[in-house]
Amino acid sequence: MIYILLAGTFLIGLLFVAKLLRPSVPSKVKQEIYECGIPTMSNARGRYSVRFYIIAILFVVFDVETIFLFPWAVRYKQLGWFGVLEVAVFLAILFVGYIWAYKKKALRWS
Amino acid sequence: MSEFYTSLDHFAILPALLMGLFGCAIFLFDFWLFPSAREKRYLVWFVIVTEAFVGVALYRQFAYLKSSGISSVSAFKGLLSIDGFSIFFNVMFLVAALLAALVSYRYLEEERENHGEYYGLLLMAQCGMFFLASATELVSLFIGVELMTITFYVLVGFLARDKRSNEAAIKYFILGSFSSAFLAYGFSLLYGLTGSTHLAGITAALASRPLDDPILLIAIITTTVGVLFKLAVAPFHMWAPDVYEGAPTPVTAYLAVGSKAAAIALLLRLFEGPLAGSRDMWEPMLAVVAVLTITVGNLGALSQDNIKRMLAYSAVAHAGYMLLGLVAGNETGIMGVVIYAFVYSFMNFGAFLVLIGLRQQDVRGESMEELHGLMRRNGPASVMMLVFLVSLAGIPPTAGFIAKYFIFLALIETGHYVLALIGVLYVAVAIYYYFRVVRAMFLDAPASGLNLIPSTGLRVAIVAAGIGTIGLGLFAEPFLRLAGMSILR
Repeated sequence: MIYILLAGTFLIGLLFVAKLLRPSVPSKVKQEIYECGIPTMSNARGRYSVRFYIIAILFVVFDVETIFLFPWAVRYKQLGWFGVLEVAVFLAILFVGYIWAYKKKALRWS
Repeated sequence: MSEFYTSLDHFAILPALLMGLFGCAIFLFDFWLFPSAREKRYLVWFVIVTEAFVGVALYRQFAYLKSSGISSVSAFKGLLSIDGFSIFFNVMFLVAALLAALVSYRYLEEERENHGEYYGLLLMAQCGMFFLASATELVSLFIGVELMTITFYVLVGFLARDKRSNEAAIKYFILGSFSSAFLAYGFSLLYGLTGSTHLAGITAALASRPLDDPILLIAIITTTVGVLFKLAVAPFHMWAPDVYEGAPTPVTAYLAVGSKAAAIALLLRLFEGPLAGSRDMWEPMLAVVAVLTITVGNLGALSQDNIKRMLAYSAVAHAGYMLLGLVAGNETGIMGVVIYAFVYSFMNFGAFLVLIGLRQQDVRGESMEELHGLMRRNGPASVMMLVFLVSLAGIPPTAGFIAKYFIFLALIETGHYVLALIGVLYVAVAIYYYFRVVRAMFLDAPASGLNLIPSTGLRVAIVAAGIGTIGLGLFAEPFLRLAGMSILR
């Protein structure tokens, strides 16, 4: 208990001492949020096209598809025809979604 | 058929398979078969055919159980179960989906949002409900919950150009996914405690554990919170009025009836299955929640001028009565919950149906003023509305009375006199706000320029809901026998 209190006071005291001792020279570059060399253009809450969301969602769909396909590919021999059938069903369901997205012109950019 | 997919497995999952296949077929072929917006209404026939197939599949399961004389068969190595419970609830979902499809086409045309996907989504939601009623394993149950709620997020926000609908969808999505996280956490704790995801395995493992385990308590609480969120029970009811108000009215009805019945099915599966042994832990908790729910629902409904909001609060109150049946917990009580859910789906859907008929190009058909003098504008519709409201209030000879009767009977049988008293007192409050609507319809002067012209689908649906509401009240005997068969145990 005393140890925790001591540690706490030491920590806060150290920060306080550091604040007293360090020089304070603020400059414009230093105060930028991302000090990585590229100048900031606007803040992060700008609006951008809703199409990006559709692309992102489609990406998730195909991402999940590969997540399921890889383990199946590794255990292809052991799973046999049962595995093939299961994956076929899974792909068929995804394919429905793909056709639907295509028909809804989700893949067209213009 | 292989060992992974036996003919029994096929037999058990066939209803869900049909819903999924036909739902996917709508997504795929809707563009080719019915390209113009005008033709989308033919998809209603598609849904009717699907439900006919599903109905036959369910009937065959029922006949199989009856002829072999066993109470339940489990398929997929214990993932699914065919029993009276699953069939009874699935009939409920079938009725709800069918009624929703029947009344949707005209409503969507009025809203200029008639897209084919709507009907596919109805079937997908029903597919999720199927798993909630039939699955006996945590992962399948959770997937059922997600399939149902994710489709409902889309359906609630289906009126893409309506701000209220969008707001409702976002609200429902955020709170719904939040509650799903609770449910997943509870399920994961149950699995961690028992080492099994099968309900039977969990029951066996919990039986040999001490009950005063704090982790078990946390597991029960988080699971309950997750389910109660879906059930829109106080203190987790905040989303219900806003979502019910913003959603397209057929979806509101489907949500209020289907998803509520599905949540009740999940609740019964868990609390009459693996958690039945720890009843001492959750019974007081549920009793408090039930009383709070009935209070909040009934008092909230008193001051609503928007009828959809009023029905939302009344739906909250009805969920509280169903919980009381579970609190009582004897055979009458559990049967009471099942009967209540079934009866409620007819009468509540019916009340929404009349509102759906009122929605026209420039008329919302939701506020109390728009119902003024409905009797003189459309007599049959207002008489049917009267029947549904009387039933919701629980007055004989309608089915609502039978439902409340069994809940109160169970409470008295098990000595919960105070709970029964509170429940009965709030029925009096409920009569007040239901009859405000009746007064507006029958006594007030008609609002100008408003005429209710029901579509064929709406006529059929209102008559069906009316027959259900009155028929179940007058000829309760065969129905009660079926409900008795649906009790788990």
